[in-house]
Amino acid sequence: MMTNELQYLSILPELILTIFGMLIMVLDPLMADRASRKPMGWLAFVGTLAALGATFYQGTHPVAGTAFFGMVRTDAFSIFFHVVVIVIAALAILSSLDYLETQGIRSGEYYGLILLGTVGMGLLSSAMELVMLFIALEISSISTYILAGYRRRVAASAESSIKYFLLGSFATAFFLYGVALIYGATGSTNITAISQALHNNHISSLTYLALVLMFVGMGFKVAVTPFHVWTPDVYEGAPAPVVALMSTGPKAAAFALMLRVLFGSFGELSQWWLPLIWISAALSMTIGNVGALLQNNVKRMLAYSSIAHAGYLLVAFAAGQDMGIAAAIFYTATYAAMNVGAFAVVSHFASRGERYVSIDDYAGLGRRSPVLAITLTIFMLSLIGIPLTGGFFAKFYVFSAALKSNLVWLTIIGLVNSAIAAYYYLRLIVVMYMKEGDDSVTLVPVPVATAAALLIAAGLTIYLGVMPGGVLGYALLGAQDLMR
Amino acid sequence: MADNQLAPYLPILMQLLIAAGIGTGMIVLSAILGQRKYSRMKMQAYECGMTPTGDAQHRFSVKFYLVAMLFILFDVEAIFLIPWAVVYRDLLKIPGAGLFGFWEMMVYIGIVLVGFFYVWKKGVLDWNTPELSEGPNE
Repeated sequence: MMTNELQYLSILPELILTIFGMLIMVLDPLMADRASRKPMGWLAFVGTLAALGATFYQGTHPVAGTAFFGMVRTDAFSIFFHVVVIVIAALAILSSLDYLETQGIRSGEYYGLILLGTVGMGLLSSAMELVMLFIALEISSISTYILAGYRRRVAASAESSIKYFLLGSFATAFFLYGVALIYGATGSTNITAISQALHNNHISSLTYLALVLMFVGMGFKVAVTPFHVWTPDVYEGAPAPVVALMSTGPKAAAFALMLRVLFGSFGELSQWWLPLIWISAALSMTIGNVGALLQNNVKRMLAYSSIAHAGYLLVAFAAGQDMGIAAAIFYTATYAAMNVGAFAVVSHFASRGERYVSIDDYAGLGRRSPVLAITLTIFMLSLIGIPLTGGFFAKFYVFSAALKSNLVWLTIIGLVNSAIAAYYYLRLIVVMYMKEGDDSVTLVPVPVATAAALLIAAGLTIYLGVMPGGVLGYALLGAQDLMR
Repeated sequence: MADNQLAPYLPILMQLLIAAGIGTGMIVLSAILGQRKYSRMKMQAYECGMTPTGDAQHRFSVKFYLVAMLFILFDVEAIFLIPWAVVYRDLLKIPGAGLFGFWEMMVYIGIVLVGFFYVWKKGVLDWNTPELSEGPNE
């Protein structure tokens, strides 16, 4: 048992994010109604930087271990995911600053919600209690439900918010029911205690039901087939920077939850849940990629692409072992970098009222705004998995882990899908560079904050593609901590 | 024997009797002592501030939902105080904890107050703010 002061260190990033989030909630009503909320955005950005610093402090000082009566655990795994979600939040805030001005949204709560949502995402990777995990899941989800509806005058945005809210709460109810049943079956809601109970005692049939129910809840949050149907509509209506956040942040956090639950608690039953993962992975990759082929709206296309990428991630789950888990962890980080970047471009290019979101609108972008076109090209190439970008190594590690675990067919399905996926990502690049665009519309120059977000995202994408060793090494440490 | 088993419930019975006594007492007394002025409004069926008759398909002020939501939020938050108050003395006895239990609840109340401050400043508690129906944003 640690002393009280050290206990607080183990949730330091969450504490900082909460304080900044509440500060924004207090300051916002004090501002004039018509005043720009940009200062709030910068305050939120400072908050994410402080939280990032706190996470690095956790990584370099001996804070590791459980705290608060086994409620949270700080280890390489939790620290890795904290860095991922906090960087995502920071980039989403940067690309929101000017987006909100363009859309005429004056609201400081927007930034407060991002910070408070990040608290939930962070806790999802460090909590060791199913009840705590459920609360963290709700914190991150409820914030994103509200954020999805932020274009209040647009019916599509309200539709997005309501759909996400109704289906999302339905899915969390499944998860909660699973938690209740597993408590009934093993007498505990602690991740490690459940694992021990399953190891030592007879496994009751209730356990299997609980596992399936929890899988439904988690599958919804990470948007894998057959729980993916909400994704395109929600992503289409929600504000583009919010999609940047929710297609990566809550998703990475939910994958952390899935890793914790499946490998931490139900490792004993891996033979049993492996087929579920296998089928879900194969279906997600196929349906995601085929669906993306048919889209003309960039946001919808990226929504289907996110389903497909969740599928690749599940392949790493199916591979299991340290290497498979490390590949999954590495994949979430890479996917976050490239997808946040892609949506940052979409956010800026969409203009007032999100007018320009169809693929044809991107025609001639290569000439009209070379910088935007080049960064978007980097992200698209990375999403395909071209060498020298992070996407290549992410896929490479996933499929080599899968081959090591003798998942030959799943690997073949994945590789065929990667080839299909190349078509729709390349299509966007072709449209940008080889089609004549409408030059009559003058493009707004990229604002500083958005440019910073793009630079960081593109930098990370290339860094992960050129020198993946360091991050992969840390992912491996995380995987070992998870299996311990 | 039966007397002994029911004995612990005696306070509840007394409370019931007192509550019933006060309730009926108030009604009877106001019926005897009170003045009566009838008006059209007063004789209508009571309906929480809405016109009780007519078409039900008209727009309701969003305030109804806001008040209902806030009620549930603060109600649930206040309920957390009760289990804390019940075990408070035991919290003090935990070795090395000191006033930890006290300060934890103060932090919690502080967070609730931040929410209250936000709601107040946003004007949700003011019933007569016509411009708010357009929304504070945009």
